[in-house]
Amino acid sequence: MINKIVQSMADAMAGIKDGSTVLIGGFGAVGQPDQLIEALIEQGAKDLTCVANNAGTGRQGLARLMELGRVRKIICSFPRSAGSVVFEELYRAGKIELEIVPQGTMAERMRAAGAGVPAFFTATSVGTILAHGKEHREFQGRTYVMEHALKGDVALIEAWEGDRWGNLTYRASGRNFNPVMAMAADLTIAQVMHVRELGELVPENVHTPGIFVNRVIHVDRGPAWA
Amino acid sequence: MQGFDRKGMAARLAQDIPEGWVVNLGIGIPTMVGDYVPLDREVIFHSENGILGMGPAPAPDKVDPWLVNAGKQPVTLRPGGSYCHHADSFAMIRGGHIDLCVLGAFEVAQNGDIANWATSENDSAPAVGGAMDLGAGAKRLWVIMEHTTKDGRPKLVEKCAYPLTTPGAVKRVYTNLGVFEIVPGKGFVVVDLAPGVTLEQAQAVTGAPLHTQ
Repeated sequence: MINKIVQSMADAMAGIKDGSTVLIGGFGAVGQPDQLIEALIEQGAKDLTCVANNAGTGRQGLARLMELGRVRKIICSFPRSAGSVVFEELYRAGKIELEIVPQGTMAERMRAAGAGVPAFFTATSVGTILAHGKEHREFQGRTYVMEHALKGDVALIEAWEGDRWGNLTYRASGRNFNPVMAMAADLTIAQVMHVRELGELVPENVHTPGIFVNRVIHVDRGPAWA
Repeated sequence: MQGFDRKGMAARLAQDIPEGWVVNLGIGIPTMVGDYVPLDREVIFHSENGILGMGPAPAPDKVDPWLVNAGKQPVTLRPGGSYCHHADSFAMIRGGHIDLCVLGAFEVAQNGDIANWATSENDSAPAVGGAMDLGAGAKRLWVIMEHTTKDGRPKLVEKCAYPLTTPGAVKRVYTNLGVFEIVPGKGFVVVDLAPGVTLEQAQAVTGAPLHTQ
């Protein structure tokens, strides 16, 4: 029997190595796997490269992981959110490396990794400092820049529902980066608000097919998110 | 010199959005534009975090924590609206499916260059978000911003001093002083001036020539 549902955070985090590239879902707080990030803090892996749209807020979650000195590099589109104090301190002190990527390029780089596409061309960032040093090519009279696939060793994501085959659905704008991150990592771990029986999810409405998911853990965020 | 306040600027821009367009509104004054498109004019608002058919802010007791706009504020979904993931959302942008994007800016140059994401090459923590994708991908880019900085320096300029977001992308600029079309090879052309504003007054605080039609 295939059963991707794990019962403990220790089981969910098992095998994450130092030096891993960790993709972290969410757009701000929505669809961000807070409890998995806390579990990664507990688990202890260090020298991490984290890929997330934002660079954490306050002093918990991703911000705490960074504050503990466990993140070598962050790849993100929008590090300067309200309350991203830890990132700004570390960045100013030269204690964290930043790769800034346009948001759509970041999503597409992960989709490409998941789809077996090593690189692609986009007009995004052409003529800006973010295109410096990248290969440029002209197609039908327009200039494009080459961007490489962005693969994760691990993806931490949040979904609304999941079953034991790893099929997932998302709620409203909680989908955001989660499906592309699920595709792009060797080990995808999903925290889900609701665990469903196999066959209970409507097949036509599965957003992330189970093939992209390795572990599912039930995390109830509480009544505000129900 | 009177000019528009922020609400007036947003309302003026909203007048120019026709029924049927799919529109992405940036953070700040651009977000306010949505409030001035009458509900009976069907305009579809896109939010880059995967919402097509976004509606206005909910009543305080109707907030759904799973439903936020690109500025992470609570919003609603209109009947007919849908959700998608980030790669599909940016395929809508990069693929040229968005009719209009409205962004704020630090500077707009007379050749349509926009600078709105970093204030120097060594910005303490530059944050680009989706601005470069929108600038390069939307069918048309309009900017809405104050005509000058807080200390009175022009934001409509001959050439941007700040790092570019997208070269040559801006088609129109809506400011507190009026509406300015960018005409290739010519520069800023005055479409409209705000009530009580003269061409001379506007020119005095603009860093490039203002042309009349």
